[in-house]
Amino acid sequence: MAKRTFSIGGVHPHDAKIARDCAIEVLPLPQTVYISMAQHLGAPAKPIVAVGDKVKVGQVIAEPGGFISAFVHSSVSGTVKSIAPRKDISGNFMTHVEIAVEGDEWVDGVDLSDTLITKIPEREVALERIKACGVVGLGGATFPTHVKLNPGPNAKPECLILNGAECEPYLTSDFRILLERTKEIVVGAAIMKNILGPECKCVIGIEENKPEAIKAVEEAVVVLGYQDIEVMTLKKKYPQGGEKQLIDAVMKRQVKSGGLPISVGAVVQNVATALAVYEAVQKNKPLITNTLTITGDCVAKENLHNYLFRIGMPLSYIAEYAGGIPEGAAKLISGGPMMGKAIANLDACTVKGSSSILYLSAKSTKRLEASACIRCGRCASACPMGLEPFLLNRLAKAGDMEQLEANAVQDCISCGSCQFSCPANIALLDRINIAKGQVLGIIRARAAAAKAAAEAAKSNEAK
Amino acid sequence: MTQTFFWTILILAGLGLVLALVLFFIAKKFKVEEDPRIDEVEKVMPGANCGGCGFAGCRAFADAAVKAPNLDNNYCPVGGNEVMKKVASILGYEVKEKAPMVAVVRCNGTCDKRPKTNDYDGLASCKVKAALYAGDTGCAYGCLGCGDCVEACQFGAISMDPATGLPVVDEEKCTACGACSKACPKHVIEIRNKGPRSMRLYVSCINKDKGPVAKKACASACIGCGICAKTCTHDAITITDNVAYIDFTKCKLCRECEAMCPTEAIHGVNFPKPLDKEGIKARIAERNRKAKEAAEAAKAAAAEAAAKEAEPVKKEENNG
Amino acid sequence: MSKYLVSPSPHVHAPASTKSLMIDVLLALMPAVIVSVIFYGWGELMVLGVSIVSCVLLEWAITKWLLKKPCTIADHSAIVTAVLLAMNLPATTPWWVVLIGAIVAIGVAKMTFGGIGQNPFNPALVGRVFLLLSFPTYMTHWEAPKGLWGVDATTGATPLGVIKEGLMQGSTVQDLMAEHGYSYSQMLFANLGGSAGEISALALLAGFVYLVCRRVIKPHITLSIWATVFVFSGIMWLVNPAQFTDPIFNLLTGGMILGSCFMATDYVTSPMSTKGGIIFGAGIGLIAMLIRYFGAYPEGVSFAILIMNMTVPLLNKWCHQKKYGRA
Repeated sequence: MAKRTFSIGGVHPHDAKIARDCAIEVLPLPQTVYISMAQHLGAPAKPIVAVGDKVKVGQVIAEPGGFISAFVHSSVSGTVKSIAPRKDISGNFMTHVEIAVEGDEWVDGVDLSDTLITKIPEREVALERIKACGVVGLGGATFPTHVKLNPGPNAKPECLILNGAECEPYLTSDFRILLERTKEIVVGAAIMKNILGPECKCVIGIEENKPEAIKAVEEAVVVLGYQDIEVMTLKKKYPQGGEKQLIDAVMKRQVKSGGLPISVGAVVQNVATALAVYEAVQKNKPLITNTLTITGDCVAKENLHNYLFRIGMPLSYIAEYAGGIPEGAAKLISGGPMMGKAIANLDACTVKGSSSILYLSAKSTKRLEASACIRCGRCASACPMGLEPFLLNRLAKAGDMEQLEANAVQDCISCGSCQFSCPANIALLDRINIAKGQVLGIIRARAAAAKAAAEAAKSNEAK
Repeated sequence: MTQTFFWTILILAGLGLVLALVLFFIAKKFKVEEDPRIDEVEKVMPGANCGGCGFAGCRAFADAAVKAPNLDNNYCPVGGNEVMKKVASILGYEVKEKAPMVAVVRCNGTCDKRPKTNDYDGLASCKVKAALYAGDTGCAYGCLGCGDCVEACQFGAISMDPATGLPVVDEEKCTACGACSKACPKHVIEIRNKGPRSMRLYVSCINKDKGPVAKKACASACIGCGICAKTCTHDAITITDNVAYIDFTKCKLCRECEAMCPTEAIHGVNFPKPLDKEGIKARIAERNRKAKEAAEAAKAAAAEAAAKEAEPVKKEENNG
Repeated sequence: MSKYLVSPSPHVHAPASTKSLMIDVLLALMPAVIVSVIFYGWGELMVLGVSIVSCVLLEWAITKWLLKKPCTIADHSAIVTAVLLAMNLPATTPWWVVLIGAIVAIGVAKMTFGGIGQNPFNPALVGRVFLLLSFPTYMTHWEAPKGLWGVDATTGATPLGVIKEGLMQGSTVQDLMAEHGYSYSQMLFANLGGSAGEISALALLAGFVYLVCRRVIKPHITLSIWATVFVFSGIMWLVNPAQFTDPIFNLLTGGMILGSCFMATDYVTSPMSTKGGIIFGAGIGLIAMLIRYFGAYPEGVSFAILIMNMTVPLLNKWCHQKKYGRA
């Protein structure tokens, strides 16, 4: 079958999966962990433990702070030392629960064995366990998974797409779990498919630069007997792993501007999320671990690693354990080089969605001085949403919100393809992102006003 | 030949006449009836179209001023009282005079006082930087130094001082339109009373962190210790969220707070004499001593009075 | 902790830069430059040299003293303009005419609008057209120069000029072609009179293929021009082969290849979208052919490109690429 990919734009950064052969190692526990209350999209969780409390591994320490929110569990056993603001990787304060590690005692009811459990529980049971175990999307957005898997009675999920594209250069954590935890991921996919309903099919999309993973998953699907799970080889192109792009590639459908994937019958979940779902549903194990890659162009070969970490571990602790910050590192990044976040504070701690510590040298990451736009149109050719970044940048400079909205700045997925490909080194995305935020604010305000007006009219009618 | 001239002139003249008529009727048909006072008001406006008044430009302001029943809600900060008087005379309204204002940068974190913790490498825009992270110093509240305020100022009144990395306001050029204040994502710039002979006192810090954290980030941060509030005899200083704020309507410019501030976060500007820290401290100490004495005396007096009051009761008791 | 960089994403950048793109264009022009130097010899080298030196110096001087902006000569765009200008001039052009052309191209057409990226018209073409209108004798003076190694170029006027002239005197196309012995292979490989860039279609095409393969340009504008020229002149030729030249002749002669491959595809002065580019190309092809068939000048590609340059802002406004999830 011909390899598929998304239809508009895209770029081809050097994939640099240099840590692909490093098997996943388990990080030892630090003396103290700091668990953030904002590890997911939506409202921060509310701590329910007090200073001095003894906690076990897997114990709930915070409850959801809203409908779109998630449980947070302790990743270690020990004593709660403080519940106080602490700086995250951006240097902004967020409430963290500080726990001094004592031993490694798990809460009751967690299956810590390696036995593969293939019997899939009923929909409601599985959904409840996913919620109770604090599972969130691990593809980057950390959207609470139980919300996404429960799209409401009117939605018709037709296809569950498992995202194994890992299109970000350098990152190899998804690749490693696809190799090492293949069966668990496939069972996780089957669980989610079962939740979404009998009509829903399932496609696991993996980019062509990971042939070992494709082979492993294909074999596992056969061995486990899930004939209705399809493994799809995708062309290597960034941003293949973008939700909208993946839907376009796999289903050849496009989500309407401002719409949700479910509007075209798609539900996209990351492979790491599938693993978390498996552990939550089959093993009753909360989401307190994830895989992260230590990589970068200035990292010595022996210091490349893929680690299984527990949430709340300080990044500085992990960096130290992995051989320290390499010489020549100019920028530290959490996530991939295209969409990752630069680390401003290495004392910050891992969260559920952490995927890497990426060290880049000045040569590859230091921005070059911007020159005049030569109207080459490369940004527009690269944009996977079909936008015209050169125009948006100009409009953003002028602050023309009306035209920005007319030219669909709100559709931008901040993938960075435009800025990546600009030969004049113009900071297109920097400015477009700000404009996008402003326009989205205007759109939301307008929607709220319209809603209020409609309600007012309704109540008037009622009178 | 003459015929050619004749026809040329005739045709051109005829064409001119027809077009003039067309223009005349179009002008007549599409004429917008407008209050002539709008034009008059617009004429006396500064014409900067800065938007400092809250309207899109000077004409919009003029339009609003003419339509409003009074001038209470319309004030041109750029033109100030002078222009508003003219506007008032055109419209026959009363104008409430406002004290002249000026933009004040409430951050004092110069390069040497506020050490950098990382190097910002993105677009030189405070908005972008603020959206990304807490900033390239330990202080998450202070000036980001990318100069959005400089860009916002239409009067060339703000410039970045390369030595300190902070913006400097040229008081002569500043019209207090507030564009810089709006442009600053950290809300570092405040529009304050210019003060008598431009003398004013303000807290040059908005760091809301607790004392030790703020102090660690910046040597001249306001640590919210409250000494200034205790010192102030005019009740002008309040502390909210670990930051002191001087209410310029109450401040009497005595500079006592400035002298007492342990981190030099309170700035006095345009005072004729340099701050006599020791003198003021001695004065405050003297006052405090007197106040203490007075308080003790009062206490003693009160005790005496109480004793005296108690005596008759005893007598009464005795009597009883 | 020592100080690390912090910036918004993306944290990496593609290797292409304005400079590398300009160098690619220069590399693509090299085959044609070499062929023209072989055929036209020292004269051509002089034109190239004067053009490059004056363009670069002019841009440097203007940015330094007039605009007081950072100097932009390092991006090599002035050299590209200079080479294209030289390719548009006969090898016999005196040095001072080349200098005037450079002043018009860089000084007027490029820097008055604010330098690279801002000019509405292709600078090299503005320079050429200015010279064509101001010094028509020099610009259409196709003497047979001695080649570098004794290779002789054909004497006399360009095929287009010969045919225009002949048609006006009442000959037919067939007669003229036969009389002058024009053949397609001659046009393709070299050896017909004209400006340096008109001499070898094959060398120019090699450069075009290089640019497309390196993804420096997309081929749609060029292909659109060719298709329009082919279809339009094909129809006219079928209608009256005695009066109208055939499509292949029109594609291979004059500035058609140079214009369609290197001038019309200039980033700054061509539309951003593919759709816009196709309309742009069709416009150029049509106008060029109209001028060739019915105009006073034998060649119309330069005028056609300049005229279509004017429509670029409109085309950019009208033509957008397809957006994801929007009709």
